[in-house]
Amino acid sequence: MKKRGKGIASIFYPTGMSGGGDPSNALIKMKLDGTIDLMVGSIDIGQGCKTVLAQLAAEELGLAMEQVTVINDNTDSCPMDTGTFASRVTHSMGNAVVMAARELRQEILELAAADLKTSPVNLTIENGEVKIKQSPDKKISLADLAGKATFGMGKILAGRGGYVKAPTAKDEETGACNPFATAAYATTIAEVEVDTETGQVEVLQLISVYDVGKAINPMLCEGQIDGGSVMGLGMALMENLNPYYPGIDFQPTSFADYMIPVSKDTGKIIAKIIERPSTTSLYGTKGIGEMTANSEAPAIVNAVYNAIGVRITDLPITPEKIIRGLEEK
Amino acid sequence: MGVVVGKRIPRYDGLQHVTGRTQFVDDVSYPNMLWVKAYRSPVVKGEILNVDVSQAEKTPGVAAVLTAKDVPANQYGFSNDQPVLAEKGVRFKGEAIVAVAAVDEDTAQEAVEKIRVDFKEETPVFDPIEAMKPDTPRVRPEGNLWMFGEVPYRRIRLGDVEKGFKEADVIVEEVYRTQNQDHAQLEGQVSVARLEANGVITINSVSQCPFLHQLQLAGILKVPLNRLKFIGGTVGGGFGSKNDMHADHITSLLALKTGKPVKWRWTREEEFLASTVQGAWIMEYKDGVKKDGRIVARKIRAIRDAGAYGSLNPYVVDKHCFLVCGPYAIPNVWIDGYCVFTNKQVSSSMRGFGITPASFSNEVQMDKIAEAVGKDPWEIRFINAVRDGDITATRKTLESVALIETMKEAAKAAGIQLPDHLMAMSSEKKEV
Amino acid sequence: MEYALSFSLNGKPVQVAVKANSSLLDVLRNQLFVTSPKKSCDTGDCGACAVLIDGEAVNSCITLALTVEGKKVTTVEGLGEGNQIHPLQQAFHEHYAAQCGFCTPGVILVAKALLDKNPKPTREEVTQAISGNLCRCTGYVKIIDAIMAVAEANK
Ligand code: FES
Ligand code: FES
Repeated sequence: MKKRGKGIASIFYPTGMSGGGDPSNALIKMKLDGTIDLMVGSIDIGQGCKTVLAQLAAEELGLAMEQVTVINDNTDSCPMDTGTFASRVTHSMGNAVVMAARELRQEILELAAADLKTSPVNLTIENGEVKIKQSPDKKISLADLAGKATFGMGKILAGRGGYVKAPTAKDEETGACNPFATAAYATTIAEVEVDTETGQVEVLQLISVYDVGKAINPMLCEGQIDGGSVMGLGMALMENLNPYYPGIDFQPTSFADYMIPVSKDTGKIIAKIIERPSTTSLYGTKGIGEMTANSEAPAIVNAVYNAIGVRITDLPITPEKIIRGLEEK
Repeated sequence: MGVVVGKRIPRYDGLQHVTGRTQFVDDVSYPNMLWVKAYRSPVVKGEILNVDVSQAEKTPGVAAVLTAKDVPANQYGFSNDQPVLAEKGVRFKGEAIVAVAAVDEDTAQEAVEKIRVDFKEETPVFDPIEAMKPDTPRVRPEGNLWMFGEVPYRRIRLGDVEKGFKEADVIVEEVYRTQNQDHAQLEGQVSVARLEANGVITINSVSQCPFLHQLQLAGILKVPLNRLKFIGGTVGGGFGSKNDMHADHITSLLALKTGKPVKWRWTREEEFLASTVQGAWIMEYKDGVKKDGRIVARKIRAIRDAGAYGSLNPYVVDKHCFLVCGPYAIPNVWIDGYCVFTNKQVSSSMRGFGITPASFSNEVQMDKIAEAVGKDPWEIRFINAVRDGDITATRKTLESVALIETMKEAAKAAGIQLPDHLMAMSSEKKEV
Repeated sequence: MEYALSFSLNGKPVQVAVKANSSLLDVLRNQLFVTSPKKSCDTGDCGACAVLIDGEAVNSCITLALTVEGKKVTTVEGLGEGNQIHPLQQAFHEHYAAQCGFCTPGVILVAKALLDKNPKPTREEVTQAISGNLCRCTGYVKIIDAIMAVAEANK
């Protein structure tokens, strides 16, 4: 018989290395035509930090995406980042990039103010031009400014930014500490169908809502949730490096025996984001890169219980555990 | 807000990806480049008595054979306890002992097969519960438990947990287990190192944290940072698999030894058997709950199967303990988190670190609690949910909390009608 | 011992001397420096090395190079006209179907083989067609969206 059930799971996850002390530094320099080089040591492992960090720099400096060159490809040219892990880059390096952009912006405004005979506070940058807010026809292009600064004054237009969550003190007896900057939250609802004869569990649907603080790029946030959902599903139903744990016999050696989900295994994936901005980020961002794979396994286990009254307490759920659970009932 | 921020902008490097022009490390090659294969331990645990590489060295096409003797400082890693190449003994099956550089992969493999290593085999320990007992054989000389200060477990203590249990109407206990997992990122471990004329080594690396690896490699080679240039930045999937240095040290050493560019690409089998993995967990819960659904006390003993070396395991255990109570306000908490060594491949970082198993155990436990006190799974979560200004088990004050909001939104997306009193709740303020 | 092999690669004739046991993937990557097909498993289990052989999607890591004698081999380098990328490539870009990009060339070719035979597939048919391609990043959601966008345009 096939039985259906629904289950939920609600989670949170810290942004940045637990314990803090994980710096991110960024540099921005302006090219001769007013476009910029953004230098960051963050690694794009697919999550899309090159895109998100370029968006932040572009936003702050009134530039289009095409005007930002991201340089993240070597340790000589790029300032230090602790690394791409701990869901930290959008938040930590994001803060550093915004700071660098603001330092450069201030430099630009001061130069432009001298040129336009006004004060920096009266100026704004839009579409590659510095304009007087009240009379926008009085303006100078970033290209002209960069040219004047370089050839006229021998000056480099550049900005530096650095962010670190201060390392926490820790009380060894109680563990009391302030280990992370902020946290993101999420809820997943899983719907499953369990075949009580074969013990097979099929995930019909995973609906997830993630609080990202602020979505710099909603499409990339959804991408994280989509991918995390399927990785979480793999953890729930398929993946096991030691099938005879704690022994190491019959350890899988290929994708033929370590099965990860393929397109046919996923059911329907629905990813939604909400925004409750963090006070620790200049744009309110948090990090969801990792946690997106955490909410599915418990939601699926709870859905299985809802369907057949068998509570799985050790992962992964296998047909054998389902059948055994049904027999013991 | 935002002209570009908040917009659905395609990937910065998307066109490179879809045209196949993104340069991954394995796409890099140089003229006269050598290829590496490793001799890996066929035994799980044992003393290394003798390493005979003489026949490997004589194999035509072999440029260099690298053993522990060639490594200036043969100790590295996030816990600074791993050898680049094993010297005195091995702690897991698949641990690298010798690396060979040759004109192609087949030749390197042929040479590896001629290497003879004599072992004095020892009894391995696989079960972390066994490993915790005092008379179990030692995985490492320092003992099978990582020391957190004075004690072999991370302590979290909040309130008075025994008092909490006394106040509780119901006690809910369960043991949860999660499995060892592989990252299964599509791009495996691969590295290309080249020695420049000025003595700088350029390393095409899949590292997720090249600045940390630059420091580690500088320590291994005993050179200043400016002799090491890591090139990378665009990686074919990470998920934590590339936070530990797997290949860059070996290729760098072989580039130094031969003066030629060197590439090492792990096979998928090596990836499964010898790379770092998500370690298994055992989590024993005891919760005290009031009839109205409030959790008033929680005691957890959590055990991490760390595998053979420290790496990021102690960090993972910390992170687990800090957050294992989940997004719920519990006034009395007692957690002991253990990092236990066994003779398995090294556990380290994987997407979610120690919180993935915590989220699992915690959320299944919530449903069990709900049933024990006759509440709905939604209700039990709303009742206990953290709000703005609440503290975690480590006394960290939370801001911008959004648990209740994600629950309301998820119910809406699923077409579930939650009762009015739950829909009226928010993270911003508590009801009186 | 090496053997002469000639075939058409992305519309151009190539001649190369290969070992009898060389895979097509190794010949493409190591001898012809065509690097878009990726080596991820080398055992035929992931689809990252997929290429088109006479229009059929095939895992090149388990295809002996000598078997493509006289055939037409296509990789993503051969898609699109001049500077214009193929509609599938455009759709993958716009729909964020490539995250790390390592599985991407293989999936695009498998999708192309499907659409060439069946220009208006259903979502289920697309899901079925790419079920031999592993992707650890995207959960396949946006990959299928991208292929469906091209399929819709064909309708
Ligand atoms: S590399 Fe050929 S199928 Fe995986
Ligand atoms: S995009 Fe990374 S594996 Fe598919």
